[in-house]
Amino acid sequence: MTGAEGKPAPGKEGAAVSGETETAATEVVAGAGAGAEADARVGVEAGAGAGGQAVAGAGAATGVRDRTAADTGAPDELWARLKAYEGRAATVACAGKDPVNAPMIRHWCEAMGDTNPAYEGPDAVAPPTMLQAWTMGGLSGHEGRTDAYDDLLTLLDEAGCTSVVATDCEQEYLRALRPGDEVVFDAVIESVSERKTTRLGTGYFVTTRMDVRVGADLAGTHRFRILKYAPAARRKPRPGRPRPVVNRDNTGFWEGVARHRLLIQRCTGCGTLRHPWLPGCNECGGLDWDTVEASGEGTVHSYVVMHHPPFPAFDPPYAVGLIELTEGVRMVSNVVGVPYDKVRIGLPVRLEFRRYEGAGTGEDPLVLPVFRATEGGA
Amino acid sequence: MAVTADRPVTAAGAELPPLEIPITRTLIVSGAIASRDYQDVHHDAELARRKGSPDIFMNILTTNGLVGRYITDHFGPRAVLRRVAIRLGAPNYPGDTMVLRGTVEQVDGDTATVRVVGANAIGRHVTGTVTVTVPAGGA
Repeated sequence: MTGAEGKPAPGKEGAAVSGETETAATEVVAGAGAGAEADARVGVEAGAGAGGQAVAGAGAATGVRDRTAADTGAPDELWARLKAYEGRAATVACAGKDPVNAPMIRHWCEAMGDTNPAYEGPDAVAPPTMLQAWTMGGLSGHEGRTDAYDDLLTLLDEAGCTSVVATDCEQEYLRALRPGDEVVFDAVIESVSERKTTRLGTGYFVTTRMDVRVGADLAGTHRFRILKYAPAARRKPRPGRPRPVVNRDNTGFWEGVARHRLLIQRCTGCGTLRHPWLPGCNECGGLDWDTVEASGEGTVHSYVVMHHPPFPAFDPPYAVGLIELTEGVRMVSNVVGVPYDKVRIGLPVRLEFRRYEGAGTGEDPLVLPVFRATEGGA
Repeated sequence: MAVTADRPVTAAGAELPPLEIPITRTLIVSGAIASRDYQDVHHDAELARRKGSPDIFMNILTTNGLVGRYITDHFGPRAVLRRVAIRLGAPNYPGDTMVLRGTVEQVDGDTATVRVVGANAIGRHVTGTVTVTVPAGGA
């Protein structure tokens, strides 16, 4: 650990986070593409809202394009606390877990599809873009991270900024790394941005800068920027209930429902009631019919409890009942007013009409007949 | 593209041939592991979804490696990368294709600055600049 109580590079922002995309954060989405010019769709979920005023994005190289949401003008006390960490060391004199070595170089080149002969053979150099890889803690992590950096991340976590995405990486290569080189690196917290609102959520860009050395030689510098943020609320509205297919055969039924009347078809030839609505009578074949209004009383003739698959408009588990109306016909609907696991065959139910809001896409609300348990369903 | 001959840096404004990179699950995972980045969102689709991402996505170190490869593929094995600076945008998800394009922005002796953009079906995955030196003369 060579310590570098780092100072921010003059005129620059950002300092290297210990080169690792890891952070103490809970929901790390490191190295992702969150952002810049295109849609940041890596929405990482979770996290409460740090919400609050978003400061218009100054030029900080955000990977996630800043949206200049209105500044409420309220002072950002958290930012003041975060900013106090600027210039403090993030990683001190940390040694790379492995010396620069041919196998890791080969694995890298295989993954990248890089066939450059400069990376093979007795005079091989490591691909310069591997710089950060030599500093990664891997599954076992590093001990070299400072309390200051952990504290900074903890402050952000506690403010709801539990998610992380890497947005920028700037590397300069001063000396080629070759197999056998042992890297040691120091990182400093270069800057913490004001609170920004991005497509992913609201949070702070934390920039770190790392110096990677071999012995006394500076091999490269690595500036790394992450956005630590509270994920924006999921935008996707819950879809509305599936709409019924209304056709010439059943229009009368749905017109009745709209008026909160449950109409049963009756054959005018033989008087047989039928449901669902059909063009002809199953008993006598007659095509003429009229309707009678159901009293609304019934019992559960049978039921299923839906657990899987989940449909977006429904929250499983829920009971789907086959309701036998006192008039004798049966219909499928939801059983409400009773836990799904208390629905039983024979359970007395009474009709009610429920209004379900549309899908948020301008759809009209939907009115549906459902059946409420009248005995608490114990 | 095989890296064989060296190309000298060309004049500002010159465009590099595009490089198409199919974003396979294998590339994302092998790139993450080769860069020692074990964040679950780069290899575990279920956990990635739980965090709000539709699938796993490429990590920044792999993108960095691919940008470096794009430049050295073009300029040849004696080309030396001096600086790579990238910013990420639209994530690289499996099944997509990223097309890297480069434009020489500036030439100073044997050193060129190349503007690189990698676009996928969603938008720009990466934008950045690479500074590369191609020593003139024989090996």
